[in-house]
Amino acid sequence: MPHIDLPRELPGISAGFAFRPETAKPMRELAHILLHEPNTLTPGERELIATYVSSRNDCYFCQTSHGAAAACHLGDANTVKQVKSDFTRAPISEKLKRLLVIAGKVQEGGKRVATDDVEAARQQGATDMEIHDTVLIAAAFCMYNRYVDGLATWQPTDEAMYAQMGQHLADEGYRVSSMQRPVQEELTAVS
Amino acid sequence: MPHIQLPEGLQGIRGPLAFRPETAKPLNELAETLLHAPNSLPAGDRELIATYVSYLNDCYFCQTVHGAIAAAHLAGDEDLVKRVKADFQHADISAKLKALLVVAGKVQRGGKHVTATDIEKARQAGATDTEIHDTVLIAAAFCMYNRYVDGLATWQPQDEALYRERGKKTAREGYVQMSREYIENTELKPQGA
Repeated sequence: MPHIDLPRELPGISAGFAFRPETAKPMRELAHILLHEPNTLTPGERELIATYVSSRNDCYFCQTSHGAAAACHLGDANTVKQVKSDFTRAPISEKLKRLLVIAGKVQEGGKRVATDDVEAARQQGATDMEIHDTVLIAAAFCMYNRYVDGLATWQPTDEAMYAQMGQHLADEGYRVSSMQRPVQEELTAVS
Repeated sequence: MPHIQLPEGLQGIRGPLAFRPETAKPLNELAETLLHAPNSLPAGDRELIATYVSYLNDCYFCQTVHGAIAAAHLAGDEDLVKRVKADFQHADISAKLKALLVVAGKVQRGGKHVTATDIEKARQAGATDTEIHDTVLIAAAFCMYNRYVDGLATWQPQDEALYRERGKKTAREGYVQMSREYIENTELKPQGA
């Protein structure tokens, strides 16, 4: 049960967002810019960074929903699993591997990021902007994950729900809630 | 030296905020809403929560500048800020704020550390759901801001007078207004717009 009286039937962060729209607005906007807007890092790569950090923070809702978004962008759910379990062996670029090292350090604490980590990413072609965005994505998910778990939000283990949410996030981004399109209505529209 | 080439002469978070104005905007608006906008928790209490979490995360810039903002809200009581960092249970603050600082400290370690008992104690000391929500989110947000500031190895001069002066100004004007000092053409939006 959530620690506070959150709107019912809304999973994970959607409940916190509905409870406090004033803070939801900049939090959605930040996610939209970091994960969805045009960037030299692909949306799939950025969602993988978000998923990896959420997995390290053991946040079920965030790692599952962002993992689903990453899978939609990549057209491949297996890579998402591999990145979470051992990204060094996953079929991803050397640059992304170096950025995931940085993201993992940020998850432990900002001071863990070493000059060598940044240099290694740069040698694989990472730009200052890409390094910046990697650090901020990792830092931001240390916020989102704590927000979702710190309020003990409802986190159903319903794969279909996450698949639908991932598709919405991949298509529309983060400005509009994926929960504003009721499942029932969509099913009716399809049939 | 910062890990990436940040604009020179800007301390702490100001460097990366000026480097990437697109993300600076929601980052400043979030801080504005959580720490500066009207709230049943006084601004001083909210800044103490931010300072305490930044202290636990060992972020020099954030704990010093938010400590200074907290002191400015608390009639210049810098000693109280120090006592909250060192041992808030024995600081001269309300029982409610003590209970909320327990929650904030748990969030800093990880969201799942917050227990129903922690929340119940805060509620018994008079905390509302929105106050508990905001405490969790302030603590979570500073786990982001602190990592952003240290993860890029920003320039953090040890200059107490600088932070004291800036703290007074930020306490007065808020985060969005202050961002005009280091980001050009910062759009000023009213709350909730």
